Amino acid sequence: MNSMTTFGWLVKREYWEARRGFLWAPFWAAASIIIITILGIIAGEVMKARMGMEHIYMGGVSLSQMLNQASDNDVAQFVKGLDATMLLFGFIAAVVLSFVVFFYLLGALYDDRRDRSILFWKSLPLSDTSTVLSKVVAGILLAPLIAVGIVLAGYIVTQVIVSLWLLVHGVNPLRFVWGHAEPYSVWLHLLAMIGVNAVWALPTVGWLLMWSAAVRSKPFLWAIIVPIVAGVLNIWVGLLGLPHIGQDFYWGNIAGRLLLSIIPGSWIAPNADGLGLRFHNPDDFAQISYAAMGHAFTMPQMWIGAAVGIALIAAAIWFRRWRDEA
Amino acid sequence: MSATTPAVAGHEDSEVRAPGATVIHAAGLSKRYGKTVALDHARFDVHAGRIVGLIGPNGAGKTTALKAILGLTDFEGELSVLGLDPRKERPALMQQVCFIADVATLPRWITVTQALDFVAGIHPRFDRARCEGFLKRTKLQPNQRVRQMSKGMIVQLHLAIVMAIDARLLVLDEPTLGLDILYRKQFYQSLLEDYFDENKTILVTTHQVEEIEHILTDLMFIRDGKVVLDTPMDALGERFAEVMVNAGNAEAARALHPLDERQVFGKSIFLFDGVPPAQLAQLGEVRRPSVADLFVATMKGTYA
Repeated sequence: MNSMTTFGWLVKREYWEARRGFLWAPFWAAASIIIITILGIIAGEVMKARMGMEHIYMGGVSLSQMLNQASDNDVAQFVKGLDATMLLFGFIAAVVLSFVVFFYLLGALYDDRRDRSILFWKSLPLSDTSTVLSKVVAGILLAPLIAVGIVLAGYIVTQVIVSLWLLVHGVNPLRFVWGHAEPYSVWLHLLAMIGVNAVWALPTVGWLLMWSAAVRSKPFLWAIIVPIVAGVLNIWVGLLGLPHIGQDFYWGNIAGRLLLSIIPGSWIAPNADGLGLRFHNPDDFAQISYAAMGHAFTMPQMWIGAAVGIALIAAAIWFRRWRDEA
Repeated sequence: MSATTPAVAGHEDSEVRAPGATVIHAAGLSKRYGKTVALDHARFDVHAGRIVGLIGPNGAGKTTALKAILGLTDFEGELSVLGLDPRKERPALMQQVCFIADVATLPRWITVTQALDFVAGIHPRFDRARCEGFLKRTKLQPNQRVRQMSKGMIVQLHLAIVMAIDARLLVLDEPTLGLDILYRKQFYQSLLEDYFDENKTILVTTHQVEEIEHILTDLMFIRDGKVVLDTPMDALGERFAEVMVNAGNAEAARALHPLDERQVFGKSIFLFDGVPPAQLAQLGEVRRPSVADLFVATMKGTYA
């Protein structure tokens, strides 16, 4: 029984328990995009029939253009629409994943203490270190991998639907939908981002797991209230004219990192207010280029955060080992 | 216990399997929670091949003692389990130790098959076929989730898993609490018939003393964090005696310093510790006391 096999089973156990969040939440998010696409196509057809509209647009290119004289430029325009579709799936998955993983980590070392099933897990020859690390891996690698897999599946299903629709109208879907590698390149970027997101997320992962392992009840409140109260005290100290941490620095680099680093892509422009990821025009895609991902690993915030995150995970392991419920 | 089963020297060697080897050795075992003393220099030894009942009133330190043995809590003093320090060598220890703490501690989301897959995946001493054999005798279905089971069924599943693990020490903390009598009887019967042998040791706490009295080989009473009685069941009858005394002999009986005196149908029943049977026979009918009566007499005043 080697330790890698054991660790594999531990991660599998996390999947069993959290499947509703890890699999079904992103699944239904992707399914809702597909349903909206189908509803949109139906609405377009109905409006065309009722109002005698001459043009239906798909990806910024009208159907009649596709039928007759689509230039390479029009095709390129259409492919940008495909990229945007892939990014839309990715964006929705990221939103869902942020909530799912946040609450997964808060409950990961708390729920089994509350329902006392920790006594069963602790009756098995498992170290607390591997138990806690299996939850880290499930949260920052397994859950995103499933979500990114669903993104690809959702994209392909959408394109099959669009292709059928184009076929019905006599347009060859091969030229528009299937002959292009770009959307899959976008998907590979999403896949590669998991690695950057994972390291960037460590302070939040450690923070949530630590409270999950440490408190007797209400880990959510503790995890949220401590950084907020500390932030308010920091403002108060500042009002007194005493040395304090700059507001932007505190909320961006301390409170924000402890609570929000779990959001995929939040390492993009970390000093901007709110989240960095914004797509105003197609060139914004450069924000998740491989170069940008490489650059993220040169930021001190990345490594200082990772060190803090690892220390917090170590604290979670310690609490898991010695927290006595009596 | 040590009276009849001498400890084998060199019990630190965890591979020693000779019957009677020391499985648990505790000396000066203490634990406090704030101002509350849960264990107060408790001293005891548990030997291989025994079924030991650890009996005590609520708050006497039973659960704390078990937690210390299982490495779930820190403590002061000396404690070795199978030659290992439960604080430092917990994962290694848990390969040889199983426990059922309370009823219904299996996670509610798990299915029977998942539970078996998982334990088979991580436990080197788990025999899956054996476990499935035990489960065939129950009504449990492979895809059934714990949340769909009654308390009694959850314990059946837990017991089937535990009995399929070839461990040396099994710790049971109130394993049948809240179960009906059919499940309770079946639980202990299975343990005796399909699990227990001279290489295994069972340490059990329960409030239902009457039900396990006949399966115990050793009895340990714990009160206020101290072990106040530690005796093999065989020696119980030699040491303790209950005498039903006629009214005329009551004064003579009291002169022998009984542990306890109670009245039943106008007669007095006295409980004696270490008084020669011949002497007691002159006072009235001598019987071996039940563990429950001995317990009540020993624990008198605990809640006062």
